[in-house]
Amino acid sequence: MKAAVIVFPGSNCDRDCKIAVERSTGAQVDMVWHGDSRLPEGLDLIVLPGGFSYGDYLRCGAMAALSPVMTEVKAAAERGVATVGICNGFQVLCEAGLLPGALLQNERLKYVCKPVSLEVTNAQTRFTSGYGGRREVVMTVGNGEGNYFADEATLDRLEGEGQVVFRYQNNPNGSARAIAGIVNAKGNVLGMMPHPDRAFEAELGSADGALLFQSALASA
Amino acid sequence: MKAKVHVFLKPGVLDVQGKAVEQALHGLGWSGVEGVRVGKTIEFDLQSADRAEAEAEVKAMCDKLLANTVIESYRVELA
Repeated sequence: MKAAVIVFPGSNCDRDCKIAVERSTGAQVDMVWHGDSRLPEGLDLIVLPGGFSYGDYLRCGAMAALSPVMTEVKAAAERGVATVGICNGFQVLCEAGLLPGALLQNERLKYVCKPVSLEVTNAQTRFTSGYGGRREVVMTVGNGEGNYFADEATLDRLEGEGQVVFRYQNNPNGSARAIAGIVNAKGNVLGMMPHPDRAFEAELGSADGALLFQSALASA
Repeated sequence: MKAKVHVFLKPGVLDVQGKAVEQALHGLGWSGVEGVRVGKTIEFDLQSADRAEAEAEVKAMCDKLLANTVIESYRVELA
């Protein structure tokens, strides 16, 4: 099993992601610099970590989405490689056009940092199959711009196609239809604001994130 | 040529900064203020002799980077 964490200037959860994936799955995890124009061969999982890539300048994730390495990430995602964007990584995936919609400033202008209960809205995805019959998981959010937005037609499509993967039990940031995480139509690209990388061991308050990484790599 | 790009959240997209500024203005007594939107202006010099060409170029920059047309609209000024 092989995974890569993409490191942008300003990423700050990159090492957390590496440790989270290593400890929960035993996979070998390479760190890939944003300026690289190649990804390691034979990747089973790509993680875009949280943080403040490019200082969140212009728009969160906007410049990271145009980094040289993103051409390769797009190509890998199109080939079907499991790709997870967490927090800033979710913003990057939206800016890169790999996922629909965008993340706006939180409704009440507050940075929200706390554990949240999430409904597993679709337990059939390759990222959530490990949750089995569980309908509720706990992970931490830490975001100022985590307010998911898409037009009504897109939201209807996402719901209709089972692309809404996680929903907040108590919406912390004003996200449309309480959406916390979505997958692309093909089901191999996941974007989510809550951090599975901050919930991979019981000592962290929740180990629910470990199951997500295990599910993503289950078929590898 | 001087280019100015004005970027705003589209009508209908919640502008929380605009809302906060509007409330502050109301608090200061300007109760007639409505529909405050906070946007940004990006300005730069562009080497181009042809106005139409420059406009097309700046529009391409907007679509590629300067604006996210899922949530924002933009207006280009050239002088």
